[in-house]
Amino acid sequence: MHIPDGYLSPITCVATYAAVMPFWVVALRRLKRVLHTRMVPLLAVFSAFSFVVMMFNLPLPGGTSGHAVGVAIASIVLGKWAAMVAISIALLIQALFFGDGGITTFAANCLNMAVAGSFVASWTFASIAGKTRAGEARRLFAAGLAGYLALNVSALLTAVEFGIQPIFFHDAAGTPLYAPYGLSVAVPAMMIGHLAVAGLAELVLTAGLFAYLLRTQSDALTCAAMVEVSAPACGTKPIARLWYGLGAVVAATPLGLLAEGTAWGEWSVQDFIDDASRLEILRVSDGTALPDAVPAGLRRLSEAWTAPWADYAPSFLHNLSLGYVLSAIVGVGLTLTAWYLIARLLRAVTAARPIERL
Amino acid sequence: MFVGRLLQGLATAAQLAEEAEALNARQGLLQGLDARVKLVSMLVLIVAGVQTHSSSALASLLVMAFVLALVSRLYTMPVLRRLWVGILLVAAVMALPALFLVPGGIAGRLPMIGWSITEPGLRSAAFLFGRAAASSTFSMSLLATTPWPHVLKAMRCLGVPAVLVAVLGMAQRYIFLLLQTAMELVEARRSRILGPLGAPGRRHMATSAAGALFERSFFLACEVHLAMVSRGYRGDVRLLDDFHMRRRDWLAACFVVVVALIASIGVGR
Repeated sequence: MHIPDGYLSPITCVATYAAVMPFWVVALRRLKRVLHTRMVPLLAVFSAFSFVVMMFNLPLPGGTSGHAVGVAIASIVLGKWAAMVAISIALLIQALFFGDGGITTFAANCLNMAVAGSFVASWTFASIAGKTRAGEARRLFAAGLAGYLALNVSALLTAVEFGIQPIFFHDAAGTPLYAPYGLSVAVPAMMIGHLAVAGLAELVLTAGLFAYLLRTQSDALTCAAMVEVSAPACGTKPIARLWYGLGAVVAATPLGLLAEGTAWGEWSVQDFIDDASRLEILRVSDGTALPDAVPAGLRRLSEAWTAPWADYAPSFLHNLSLGYVLSAIVGVGLTLTAWYLIARLLRAVTAARPIERL
Repeated sequence: MFVGRLLQGLATAAQLAEEAEALNARQGLLQGLDARVKLVSMLVLIVAGVQTHSSSALASLLVMAFVLALVSRLYTMPVLRRLWVGILLVAAVMALPALFLVPGGIAGRLPMIGWSITEPGLRSAAFLFGRAAASSTFSMSLLATTPWPHVLKAMRCLGVPAVLVAVLGMAQRYIFLLLQTAMELVEARRSRILGPLGAPGRRHMATSAAGALFERSFFLACEVHLAMVSRGYRGDVRLLDDFHMRRRDWLAACFVVVVALIASIGVGR
């Protein structure tokens, strides 16, 4: 995944330097503010660790093996800003000393692996692990998935950077001047190997290393909060983002009114009586003949329960869009209340049993 | 077998890093130049190689890179040999398929299997390989002939923030230490294994070694921090800068500028 010099055009390289620079500046400022004198030794040692861990060849299920980057475990334990800088330094040393990755493409490699990888790993872990306790399997799963997703997003970005080269940078005869394969070749070629092998290596390393740190009750885990300077508490920001997303979806519910007709299979008794509706049902059912009368079972069960707000249209509101939005709000409220009650019930049940804590 | 491979990989990395450091003590053309000139020259030549659209300009830069490596006595350097092997391998994966996949007029056919090699494919593969080989050889030649502290000082002279230069310098030192620690960890585990390990056992061993290394890194960072503070470090990094430009440094700088300009004139041809 380390892009060598000459595979990306100078314009792409400049664009990636411009894209990654603000992240480096913000990361260094935040780390300096929080860590102060600790920053230099901490980043130096963990850059060296990232470099060394990239040397580990991990045996994978299926008899193959692969190298991990270690970006996810660094993001989970150190926080995304410290991980971003540490991985960037490790990549620079790799490029300078071992020719692994180019100088002009250094920013592209950092953007793909250090910046995108750190953010994806950090968000994935925070979203799935939430506020679960240290020993729970969900946290281990979250760590492994964070590693897998982080590496594959990095690979996808790399593939896109390769794939856009022949589109924008070719000579008058159409000869590609840099990476010669378009997106249709670059994306599958990069992703197959990363989805099947390299991603698994990152998953194994992240989950295995995280399990080791939990098992040994490492101080590194408890001190990690000192380094993470972005989120006030684990799981708070992702939940806030979920609330915003939920609000946007609720506001967008009137879009459902744009669809015409009735959803297939959701016909009412009235639809079986009304001639226009019968014709519509016949059309969408590939001409399969309808029964002449309303099926007896359908008629009987349809009377068993009468919805207070049928078709998301409360009788006291004459505006369909407003009725949709209000129905969405009430629906979300009822769902959350139900889950809150279930959670309370489960908490009461588990509190009655002793829990083994790490 | 697995433990042996893991150990060998770590040992090779450590050996390469040590050899790269020992090489800058040799006598040669590049070894005698100012570190700042070398660093700027490296960047200028790499950018010239990446931006040129002229195959003859690229070929000239590639020849120049090899000649520089030759006169600086780097041809015996394992790092450089490995670098070129790596370039050939990457080129085989990335550039060779371009010979057949890039559409255009047919330049020839492969004997036996009859696959068509296209003219744009040939040109594209040559560009890819030429740029990667020239850039890597330039960067490796110039950096392998410069002591690492001088590279860091030159970076500082060029405006790289002092904090980053300090982190980079310390990280390079700790790589040796952590590679040594990792090798000792794996060696210690190997001495306690009686039979062959299954795949889950090997995974467990590799991740445990990485975990132990992580913990040691954490404690090492804490100890280094305390040591730095006890010696008066308060968060401000200061580096000495005692470089002096000589006539040969100016000559080298002018030569690189001329080469880069010639390569740039070739752009678009």
